[in-house]
Amino acid sequence: MNFLTALRPIAFVAVLLVLWQIGVAHEPSHLLPGPWGVVGGIADLVRHGLLLKYVVASLFRVTWGFLLAAATAIPLGLIIGWYRRAEMAVNPILQILRPISPLAWIPIAILWFGVGDLAAISLIFIGCFLPLLLSAVNAVHGIPEVYLNAGRNFGLNTRDLLTRVFYPAVMPQLIIGLRITLGVAWLVVVAAEMIAVNSGLGFLIVDARNAGNRYDLVLAGMVLIGVIGLMLDTAMRRFERIKSVQWGYSEN
Amino acid sequence: MSLGEAAAARQAWKSKLFADGVSMAFERDGKDTPVLENISLEVGDGEFVCLLGPSGCGKSTLLSAMAGFLTPTGGEIRIDGEAVRGPDPRRIFVFQERGVFPWLTVEGNIAFGLFKLGRGERERRIRYYVKMVGLEGFEKAYPHELSGGMKQRLEVARALAVNPDMLFLDEPFGALDSITRLIMRRELLRIWEAERKTIIFVTHDIDEAVQLADRVVVLSARPARIQQIVEIDIPHPRDLSSRRYLELRDGIFQQIGLAHKV
Repeated sequence: MNFLTALRPIAFVAVLLVLWQIGVAHEPSHLLPGPWGVVGGIADLVRHGLLLKYVVASLFRVTWGFLLAAATAIPLGLIIGWYRRAEMAVNPILQILRPISPLAWIPIAILWFGVGDLAAISLIFIGCFLPLLLSAVNAVHGIPEVYLNAGRNFGLNTRDLLTRVFYPAVMPQLIIGLRITLGVAWLVVVAAEMIAVNSGLGFLIVDARNAGNRYDLVLAGMVLIGVIGLMLDTAMRRFERIKSVQWGYSEN
Repeated sequence: MSLGEAAAARQAWKSKLFADGVSMAFERDGKDTPVLENISLEVGDGEFVCLLGPSGCGKSTLLSAMAGFLTPTGGEIRIDGEAVRGPDPRRIFVFQERGVFPWLTVEGNIAFGLFKLGRGERERRIRYYVKMVGLEGFEKAYPHELSGGMKQRLEVARALAVNPDMLFLDEPFGALDSITRLIMRRELLRIWEAERKTIIFVTHDIDEAVQLADRVVVLSARPARIQQIVEIDIPHPRDLSSRRYLELRDGIFQQIGLAHKV
């Protein structure tokens, strides 16, 4: 039974691939390469040693942009969430910055950091900073007061209250925020690499089109982005299964 | 109780908590809304007192002030002769079952307040209180894996483990089903008789108050004033169909203005 349940999505993907192949065979146009063409494209990338190089380049930028944003936005968000007055002061600015797509920052990122890793990393940083800040603020707001009161009642000093009550109480929401934001970072890196650098999966997609309309490579890049994105999300979900944070995800 | 015993009891009576003209007002829409009005009450050491009143009357506010979470806007609360200036591990507040820390196991919760003890003593107390509240076999379980009644017992165990001399209980059994509630009352009485903590217990349930308390403090609707203090002179275990029990219970029903017919 379990085996069949696991088989279902795989079967569905197989059916889609077959339909794709049939569609391409009946309508031999240049609109879309077939699945075999994409496989060939990926094989091409492997042959030229580009697959690993581009994947590593993209992951490198995402890692740094994401970690830098997490290291700054989360502490700041926790502080802002804790002090209502700080929140009232910064909230209008946050609400104005929030609707600006991280991609709108591309010209400024290039102006400041030139074409290269730093520009791409800074764009990912910008894309991650606000979502992480807001999820930290909300995590603090979500702490039930009884936990803090109970902590004080048992005689905890401020430092112990932070490490033994505050920190574990915000963890579940922070983990969700981190997971969603990593997805954002993975979206932003592709766009950033299309403009600001000359390596990575985003670069692969523009480059394949510009240098000879290799749409098999374009689709190969898209497939890789999808698969790696799924793997990142799955890896982040593992944190949600830690026993001491599970309480934050149950229905009650 | 014979006259001699009564006299001895009176002689052993030692004041624990003294609320001296306590008033409390909250600001709402720019207006001060009074919640407590001139409450004066003395509670003896080792006494079990129930604060009884209709929902929203301010009895929980009074309890929070006694526990040091709120500062009265008028009057003063003294415990052991000292003014209450904040929460204190010598007096633990039990918040229904909502107060257990969901990120800690049963053991972790009981150990929460024991950080000043050595490892051996801490382990000993964890074992002792896990057993006392009947959570053996669940030491490594997280609260979300426990039933409401088990979480409630866990919170009581966490409170008792730090060996406080007072317990404040805010409608602790309100969220439990009626059978579990009866069991929990019996358990609480058993623990109280064994450890003789001073207990102040907030409830809106008249039966619960008459079953548990030495004295029932009947509060009026908001702003809360003390309407009457009823001494429950029935020894434990109490016979819930005895004439005296029904008499006291009906007396409180009438005091609150409810004939006990629905």
